[in-house]
Amino acid sequence: MSTTTLRKTPFHKYHIQHGAKLVDYTGWEMPLLYSSIIDEHRQVRERGGLFDVSHMGRFTFKGKDAARFLDRVCTRRIGSMQERQVRYALVCNERGGCRDDVLVYRHGESDFSMVCNAANRDKLIEHFAANKGDMVYRFADITDKTAMVALQGPNVMDVLSGFSREIPTLKRYRFTEKSLFIAKFMVSRTGYTGEDGVEVILPAAMAGKAVEMILKNMDEGAITPCGLGSRDSLRLEAGMALYGHEIDEDIDPLTAGLDFAVALDKGEKDGEEGGFIGQDALREIASGDGPARRLVGLRLSGRRAARQGMNVLDGESTIGSVTSGCLSPTLDASIAMALVDRAATDIGRKLTVDLGRATDEAEVVELPFYKSS
Amino acid sequence: MASPTDCLYTDSHEWFRKEGDVVTIGITQFATNELTDITYVEMKPAGTAIKVGDALGEVESVKTSSDVYSAFGGEVVEVNEAASSDPSLLNQDPYGAGWLIKLRCDGDAGTDLLEPSAYDSKYPLD
Repeated sequence: MSTTTLRKTPFHKYHIQHGAKLVDYTGWEMPLLYSSIIDEHRQVRERGGLFDVSHMGRFTFKGKDAARFLDRVCTRRIGSMQERQVRYALVCNERGGCRDDVLVYRHGESDFSMVCNAANRDKLIEHFAANKGDMVYRFADITDKTAMVALQGPNVMDVLSGFSREIPTLKRYRFTEKSLFIAKFMVSRTGYTGEDGVEVILPAAMAGKAVEMILKNMDEGAITPCGLGSRDSLRLEAGMALYGHEIDEDIDPLTAGLDFAVALDKGEKDGEEGGFIGQDALREIASGDGPARRLVGLRLSGRRAARQGMNVLDGESTIGSVTSGCLSPTLDASIAMALVDRAATDIGRKLTVDLGRATDEAEVVELPFYKSS
Repeated sequence: MASPTDCLYTDSHEWFRKEGDVVTIGITQFATNELTDITYVEMKPAGTAIKVGDALGEVESVKTSSDVYSAFGGEVVEVNEAASSDPSLLNQDPYGAGWLIKLRCDGDAGTDLLEPSAYDSKYPLD
């Protein structure tokens, strides 16, 4: 084991008690798996999984200009959000590249929170401070004071119905706040697996107790702890972007197929005070034929996994590279996402992936690879 | 848990069980723990001549791909087809049903093979 000090989440003891294999994930000691990545993947698709995602960054923005500020740094419209709504958005650089992808939660007129990737937390704090200008709001980083878990899978809403009548009635991308003793819980119908479920933000000191309470009356095995290994293969089947793979400072959201999360006309509607950072660059990218490269789904003919950075070829010419790949446990096939030349993105097109020791045929397929029924 | 005492080991986490002039080869539990779920196995076919230090094939897991190296010289006499069609055998039973390949030895062997106790003390399981 290395001796560098890794950050530990409030669930660290829980992971050890449940036999987790712990790894360094962006400076946090996190469970890669408890028993098997593939078994945990299937557990989430068929029953339910509990993921510790406390490493993710959590911020609050409160005050009269909070919405205006978030509209300045996020690609999605924030001012038009309803209370208790959640929106996925990108935080872009001036070139339109992605500083991060985030979830924004609106608690009240001038009261918001945000969840970001662990690796980008410090970078975003600096970015927000640098762009605050004369806007009036209070920013707080509540990551260390809180914990976050994701409960994902077809069993989750059943299990939670024994705990709350309201939670199972939440619509997708909506949240509610619950009090337990004096502690506040935020429960949103969101996730990163392609399954139904919730993500819960709660006080760090309550973490162990809360999970025990939620899971205590559950049937044996209805929801079990799952590691970040299966979280990655689940999100890949669901066609969801992972920062550092499908998006980064040099990959803009339009190239990554995240058009739905980019309000290119922000600032043009009545009452809107301006656009967002990176908007001009993204409009330029969107003009004409659109981005030169596009994210596609690939289904390989063999059983080897394609890995990030492997070349994708059309005939003899290299036309792009793999961003993520795995042997999909649900489809029992090797799947990948790749950024390829716009001209080679038609569904059904036959491409080749250079796997290093061998090449394999790959067909361009629709994203996502998997949709829950 | 101690590694089987009837095998020799390498620092690249292969095990070798020699019975007469045939050696059976697999990867250790330490290796399967590190690799996590094995998803793909491809070994060189029967008849392939192998020198000490040659790659015998490769093993892919959810996380990564790695070569499997031979500490013995000889000729491939059998490949475990069951492990190719169900790579999870390597995770379930790395020293038994999850064996990978058998060689008929030509007498050459590497000089840095580890005894079980030495392997276990160098690479303890969690």
